[in-house]
Amino acid sequence: MFTILLDKYFFEWRERMEFVEARILRRSRTGSAFDVAFVEGAITADSQIQRLKKIRDMSKVLVAIGSCACTGMPAAIRNDFTTEQKQEIEFILDRFQYSDRVRKIDEIVKVDKYIPGCPMSTDAFLLALNELFVQFGHPPVDLKK
Amino acid sequence: MHDIDFDINLMEISKIEGHAGLQVVVRGGIVQDVQFKIQEYKRFYTQGMTGKKPEILPQFVARICGTCSNAHLLASTEAVEHALGIQITPQAHLLRQLMVNGLMIRDHALHLYIFSLPDLFDLDSLIDFDETDPMQKQFLHDALEVKAVGNDLQVYIAGRSVHALFIAVGGFTQIPTTDPATLISKLQSIRPAVIRLAKLFVEKQTKLNHPTTYVALRGLTGWSFLDGNIITSKKETIKEAAFRQHFDNVVIPYSQATAYTYAGHSYMVGALSRINMNKDQLHPNTRHDLADILELFPSTDIFMNNVAQAIEILHCIDESVDILTKTKFAPEQRVKPTKSDGIGIGVIEAPRGLLFYKVTVSNGTVTDGQVVVPTGQNQINIEKDIGKLVEDNLSSMNQAELEYEIEKLIRAYDPCISCASHFLKVKWDIR
Repeated sequence: MFTILLDKYFFEWRERMEFVEARILRRSRTGSAFDVAFVEGAITADSQIQRLKKIRDMSKVLVAIGSCACTGMPAAIRNDFTTEQKQEIEFILDRFQYSDRVRKIDEIVKVDKYIPGCPMSTDAFLLALNELFVQFGHPPVDLKK
Repeated sequence: MHDIDFDINLMEISKIEGHAGLQVVVRGGIVQDVQFKIQEYKRFYTQGMTGKKPEILPQFVARICGTCSNAHLLASTEAVEHALGIQITPQAHLLRQLMVNGLMIRDHALHLYIFSLPDLFDLDSLIDFDETDPMQKQFLHDALEVKAVGNDLQVYIAGRSVHALFIAVGGFTQIPTTDPATLISKLQSIRPAVIRLAKLFVEKQTKLNHPTTYVALRGLTGWSFLDGNIITSKKETIKEAAFRQHFDNVVIPYSQATAYTYAGHSYMVGALSRINMNKDQLHPNTRHDLADILELFPSTDIFMNNVAQAIEILHCIDESVDILTKTKFAPEQRVKPTKSDGIGIGVIEAPRGLLFYKVTVSNGTVTDGQVVVPTGQNQINIEKDIGKLVEDNLSSMNQAELEYEIEKLIRAYDPCISCASHFLKVKWDIR
């Protein structure tokens, strides 16, 4: 949805935001701190727990994007698998060091804003973004144009 | 050259869908190992399909990937319909044709403009495009306009371009009844931008000649992303339902994805395969306006996948304008199931290539599901092409230059890692 919204808000966003770490748009510039981190997806491996904690430490504001980040589902389907289904996937969980269960992100770090929905609600996202623009000293984007 | 030893370790490849890494080992000027690593973690959708009601299955499996969600909807819906003995109406079929066209326009435009175009300008990102440079300004504005029209077409037909709302088992829950005139003129207005894009990629991109086997669906009566037989560049024809008898899964220990071979060899699916074998079926206006570029196909250069995608955008525009101009859509009921048990197969061409679904339904409940996605099918070919690129350029490029060229090559395949990582039929792996 982000890349769809980009069609309409590219120029307004480019004036107000620096994309520090957005692999879909550019190479990572690791090491920089963030004003705002947007995190999507649920947490399914120990390495992701460490990464999420690091992102939280580097960010002033952390926003959970989409259903998986906000509620865990549907990414957390394996938490409710039957014993037989769990046996089927066990060797993969071991091979790639998955966590015992899938977690939504506020089970691991503090979340400042939630943008739920699958896909995320674009209205909620645009409103939250405008609040953040104001918080960090930028004019809000005119959403009625 | 014999004393060249180095290791390439890319932890992250930018500007692709999802998370992948790469390891290349060169010893004595010879590429000893290439590992393209699918790093996304699985969510086990294959297992999760079991126990679901067939009518909700498509919206469930569509969550595998936002970008490709509408492709998963189209293929899984078709599989469920085949399992339940449903034959959709000609109108529903036309609507699905428009839906897949909108998907192709938006998805190819996302890949070509956002992921690959910056490479042609030696820039890292479309964000860095300079509006004071006339050419960069032109392509930046083209990018946003072309992508938006693909989005608009899907919204008009299916309610949303990500996780579409109106497609359902048996047809559609809503039929578009508003005047499509604005949409038609928008579609027509982006044609010059798409032709510009195809020409730019032909002119400026890297080349790599490395033949492989090409595999795609071919429509029985004309171009189709949704129906027909699977054909190969080895001149074989395979019925959709026989897919799994001809294509074998291969377990790759370092990757979260399953790879595939055809007759023991790697193969390629995607726009390049489709244009290589089906260019005669393209819309006449597309064939007319891109005649010179179409002469370059069939091609054995993976970078021509970019050009093939641009050609397909134009075809999807031209075909959609025709359908929207000639058709008056009318409300209709969805077709009801004729049985509650069965095995159904759905095969479509997703933007990145052949997408296969097999659904088994017993007593109105899904008891088994299988999915084969394009990027899994391309995985071995990607590694072979990287090996070839490194060997060809070992003596003329330094390591940083090679890494950049490899990234461009991976982007040319337009891999979708979110999709690739989520299908492993576990029984295949325990040996």
